[in-house]
Amino acid sequence: MARPLLDVRDLRVSFAIRPDGALPWVAPRRLQAVGGVDFSLAPGETLGIVGESGCGKSTLARALVGLVPATGRAEWIDGRDLIGLGPRQMMRYRREIQMVFQDPLASLNPRMTVGRIIAEPLRTHRPDLPAAEIRARVGAMMEKVGLLPNQINRYPHEFSGGQCQRIGIARALIVEPRLIICDEPVSALDVSIQAQVINLLIGLQRELGLSLVFIAHDLSVVRHVSDRVMVLYLGKVMEIAPAADLYAAPRHPYTQALLSAVPVPDPGHDAAAGMVPLAGDLPSPMAPPSGCVFRTRCPRAEARCAEAVPVPSPAAADHRAACHFPGPLSAAEIARARAAEAR
Amino acid sequence: MVIDSQKMQALARRMAGAEIRGRSPWADARRRFLRNRAAMTGLAILVGVTAFALAGGAFAQWSHDELDFGVMGQVATLGQPSIANGHYFGTDDLGRDLYARTVQGTQVSLMVGVVGAAIAVLVGTLYGATAGYVGGRTDQIMMRAVDILMSIPYMFVLILLLVMFGRSMSMLFLGIGLISWLDMSRIVRGQTLSLKNREFIEAARAIGVPAWRIVLRHIVPNLLGVVAVYATLLVPLMILTESFISFLGLGVQEPLTSWGALISEGAGTMNYGTLWQLAFPLFFFCITLFGFFFVGDGLRDALDPKDR
Ligand SMILES: Nc1ncnc2c1ncn2[C@@H]1O[C@H](COP(=O)(O)OP(=O)(O)O)[C@@H](O)[C@H]1O
Ligand SMILES: [Mg+2]
Repeated sequence: MARPLLDVRDLRVSFAIRPDGALPWVAPRRLQAVGGVDFSLAPGETLGIVGESGCGKSTLARALVGLVPATGRAEWIDGRDLIGLGPRQMMRYRREIQMVFQDPLASLNPRMTVGRIIAEPLRTHRPDLPAAEIRARVGAMMEKVGLLPNQINRYPHEFSGGQCQRIGIARALIVEPRLIICDEPVSALDVSIQAQVINLLIGLQRELGLSLVFIAHDLSVVRHVSDRVMVLYLGKVMEIAPAADLYAAPRHPYTQALLSAVPVPDPGHDAAAGMVPLAGDLPSPMAPPSGCVFRTRCPRAEARCAEAVPVPSPAAADHRAACHFPGPLSAAEIARARAAEAR
Repeated sequence: MVIDSQKMQALARRMAGAEIRGRSPWADARRRFLRNRAAMTGLAILVGVTAFALAGGAFAQWSHDELDFGVMGQVATLGQPSIANGHYFGTDDLGRDLYARTVQGTQVSLMVGVVGAAIAVLVGTLYGATAGYVGGRTDQIMMRAVDILMSIPYMFVLILLLVMFGRSMSMLFLGIGLISWLDMSRIVRGQTLSLKNREFIEAARAIGVPAWRIVLRHIVPNLLGVVAVYATLLVPLMILTESFISFLGLGVQEPLTSWGALISEGAGTMNYGTLWQLAFPLFFFCITLFGFFFVGDGLRDALDPKDR
């Protein structure tokens, strides 16, 4: 197999939480937002990352671009470990890895014109370029993402959400990166506009041969975009598989529960019949359950789940599920999940 | 830089035909400000007072340190405001022309206010934004230093400075400049802390924009609203401080004068029936303070539309 563009091993991020009013010498508590994530990403590939809100998707993305300190390894294609690089050494890789943010308007400086916003990465990484050249490239990029180049002097608040996200995409693409990390790029947009932005991303990815990490909080959005999908729960990988496999034969109960909530466009399909509800709330990441973190909401949980952390078991070479008892849920288990939900 | 961007804009306009001009957040704020009656009244007052300070001297018949021997000794009867003898505002107790002295006092007081506020804006903004953005230990040290400076009773120190090193304009500016930026730096730091976690700052960090450029290009422009409002409220505060020191007799030195010094003199001679000596400087002092407060309020409303 060819060398992966990015190879992530045991990536962990934790935050020190200091309760309000705590005395300064009291040790802060640790919140493990990302607890040991492994995946690799081939050049030109798209990895979808899915999970409920608060499960550490954004933190994972921010760790990959060096916005929060992390431990573990994230090896770039040239063999360099990106974790813990100093700001100087990281500069080279910042150009290769760009990010698109969740809230399109909030990620643009309200006091800068669109032209200056899109030009900023160029100004930072290519200070040698003359102003006219920068301007020409910004204009071309605006056209590429479907904005009118004559709006270069406008301000972000004059654009709609979808247009703002196009600006964000233009800003990410202008330095010709090899990897773009999209953190819920369409969650804040209207459904009708979501499709446009996703299609734009897919088109640009094909055209430019980019790798994409596409984060979303439900599986339906990721489906059309991803080559492979990774399901996160409380900062841990539950299941990772090629998209077709994962949707056709999910092996982790959590994935099955998420999938059952995805609307199916087939009129004959009875959505309610296969519905697996998730009982209760996401446990606090400050005090995660012992053993398998999903066991508190799992219809298949047994004594062993509380004792041992499941290791991802490969069903096929590229399909791993972190479950002691992987496999499709039985009718009895689904009934148990419904009963737990009703309680 | 300015020339460059102008040239470029002209060039681009020729190339792309109609380029749409953006409606900047500043332009929006300006429109809201222009519609605000109270603020515009305040601005008109300030423009008037400034014009009086700059051009008022041209209409004076007497200079500010000239004694009118004709009225000396009989100020209460002969030194009243009158057009005929050229003392529009009357004379002071020594027979000096109060109009010329008020013009001069206005110049000094406005200058003290504006210089004090300018120091506060420059030093306070950069200091507070740096402390807030860098955070951690640097922030702790920088802000504790401000706390310590603030805990010193500055009026006492200022008076001590003026007594020890003699009264002079530069001493006064130094003293006022030293204290004026402290509050500003605290306000700016607080704002920076909340700005720092906004997504566009994260975006800039992810791009790799160096810290100093994030502070100058992303943080400071988004703070300017607060800074502008606070600065307009700071000017009258500086004027008040200077007036208070002058009122104590420690401010600017004769023959220079300021509103505080004039009001002090006027208050001292109130009992002799020369009320105009108090009324004229007090009038300018008061309307200027009102003007600044109105403008400050208007700026706040204009720059922060959410609060209305
Ligand atoms: N800067 C931070 N400080 C403390 N806790 C954080 C911070 N950022 C995120 N968290 C916590 O980490 C967990 C994961 O958050 P996040 O990555 O934003 O989730 P997601 O993007 O999947 O919704 C949450 O419990 C959140 O409260
Ligand atoms: Mg998120």
